[in-house]
Amino acid sequence: MQITSAVIVREGSVVKDASVVFRSTETGSAFLNAAYEALEVLYPRFYKMDLLSKTGTIAADVLLKQRTDLEQWRPEDTGMVLSNRNASIEADVQYLEASKAYPSPALFVYTLPNIVIGEISIRYKFKGENAFFISETFDADWMHWYVADLMQRNLLKVCICGWIDVVDERPEACLFLVEQAPSATGHHFTAENLRSIYNKDYGK
Amino acid sequence: MKKVFVLSRNIVSPLGNTAKENMEALCAGKTAVTVHNDAARSPVPFCAALMDPAFFQQAPAAFTPFEALTVASMEDAIRQAEIDPSDPDTAWILSTTKGNIGQLEQQPVTRALKNEVALTVSAQKLSAHFGFVNRPVIVSHACISGTLAIITARRMLEAGKYKTVVVAGADLITRFILSGFQSFHAVSDVLCKPFDADRNGINLGEAAATVVLSTQPPAAANPIVISGGGVSNDANHISGPSRTGEELFMAIDRAMKEAGTDAAAIDFISAHGTATVYNDDMESRAINLAGLQSVPVNSLKGYYGHTLGAAGLLETVIGIESLSNQVIIPTMGFETPGTVEPIHVCSKLTKTPAHAFLKTASGFGGCNAAIVVQKTQD
Repeated sequence: MQITSAVIVREGSVVKDASVVFRSTETGSAFLNAAYEALEVLYPRFYKMDLLSKTGTIAADVLLKQRTDLEQWRPEDTGMVLSNRNASIEADVQYLEASKAYPSPALFVYTLPNIVIGEISIRYKFKGENAFFISETFDADWMHWYVADLMQRNLLKVCICGWIDVVDERPEACLFLVEQAPSATGHHFTAENLRSIYNKDYGK
Repeated sequence: MKKVFVLSRNIVSPLGNTAKENMEALCAGKTAVTVHNDAARSPVPFCAALMDPAFFQQAPAAFTPFEALTVASMEDAIRQAEIDPSDPDTAWILSTTKGNIGQLEQQPVTRALKNEVALTVSAQKLSAHFGFVNRPVIVSHACISGTLAIITARRMLEAGKYKTVVVAGADLITRFILSGFQSFHAVSDVLCKPFDADRNGINLGEAAATVVLSTQPPAAANPIVISGGGVSNDANHISGPSRTGEELFMAIDRAMKEAGTDAAAIDFISAHGTATVYNDDMESRAINLAGLQSVPVNSLKGYYGHTLGAAGLLETVIGIESLSNQVIIPTMGFETPGTVEPIHVCSKLTKTPAHAFLKTASGFGGCNAAIVVQKTQD
């Protein structure tokens, strides 16, 4: 099992495998929209999404863009395991405020943290195991155990896992592409490697 | 592989405060679903299964209503299982869809409030209350949360991470949740009609439910085991189910393979059965793909409404009661068959030998989950 790629979306930058691929002084929604344009994400559903799903869409796009073998992955072998602290709090507050005048189904649907898994799954046809966990901080040990268990059971061969949170309009994501097949590139899939990639500081 | 036994179970709902009380109410044909006039929750009358407000008035002030409901369910299940939460080999999982969302409705939303309503805060509070020493696992995955929490516990136990895992789930129906489902035009004004030709939407409901699972077998003869589980995603639509049911079938198929059972071994199906047109049709397709179309199916939504993050747990507990009492609960609200593919909807209380059931769940975000629960044979 190998971490074949990792993407970090955090405080003004998007980083792929230790290289900064986008930098901006914008924040929140403006930062995500600028990243979407600059990185040529080309997925118009993006504009309908809440900040959590926008963050996930950008991170997953950067994670998978250069892969030429996506179509060889069987949908049932691909899945997602994500986690955060604040569930869907920003979408919750947005829906709650708007609902005083008019309860909007388009806002309500994003008031669940696993919707970002649904959005990414739709785009890439990931149909296998999926789960959303809540923890105070990124729990690399839990994430490693859960995903490794799925791969050892042969339920997944490819998994996007990691941390994705938005609070006070500040997006923060660190997504890992983990593959069962041996690979010459990337890092061994260990809790320690998840932690060190997550904790690395790429500056502002 | 280690077996995962059910040591104890609980439901706290408008129909009772123990699994036994709830099962008796269902066998007596009682429903908690009724019309409410409550301006704090909805400008128009609505049909739902709600806890008695007195329950929350009596709860300790230190707990939010969501926490109080969860604690009540966990207390009974922990007591019955005679386990020590502070044992280092014991862990717990919290399952909920919207947790403390009601707290946001009561006061101005500040950064501090956003931090306070987080599920980690509730989980830490409950951990301290019961004396758990291991960090709680929190599952928040829409309406499959409860079923996914059972699957997660099963995997933790099978891997030998812990010997015992307490799995608890709860949700409350606040204005936030009710208005959201109403905005989808998904809420029925009357008692919901799962799998019926005239079904026109869901009822929502409040409840908490808990199971204590362990690799240590209970003393009782023929203990009940969680023998398999599977999860999938439709990858089709974030708020509508699959058109084909193939993905729910995938979860069912994986659960049955893990359990080592075939269709002939399943005595009944405890379905999601929300009584929306699309969900129930999708489930009928998946049940047919699994070759389970002649197996009795029930939905408990006509008794409890849709209890969101508690639903998978609550419905599993009733399924376990069915295995213990050898009786299958009928589908309240169902009269006339009306799903796109034919299924055998259980419509009257059925005394029958039952050794195994399948529990299914599906939710927003395209998620599906299934488990197989079996009574061990002599």
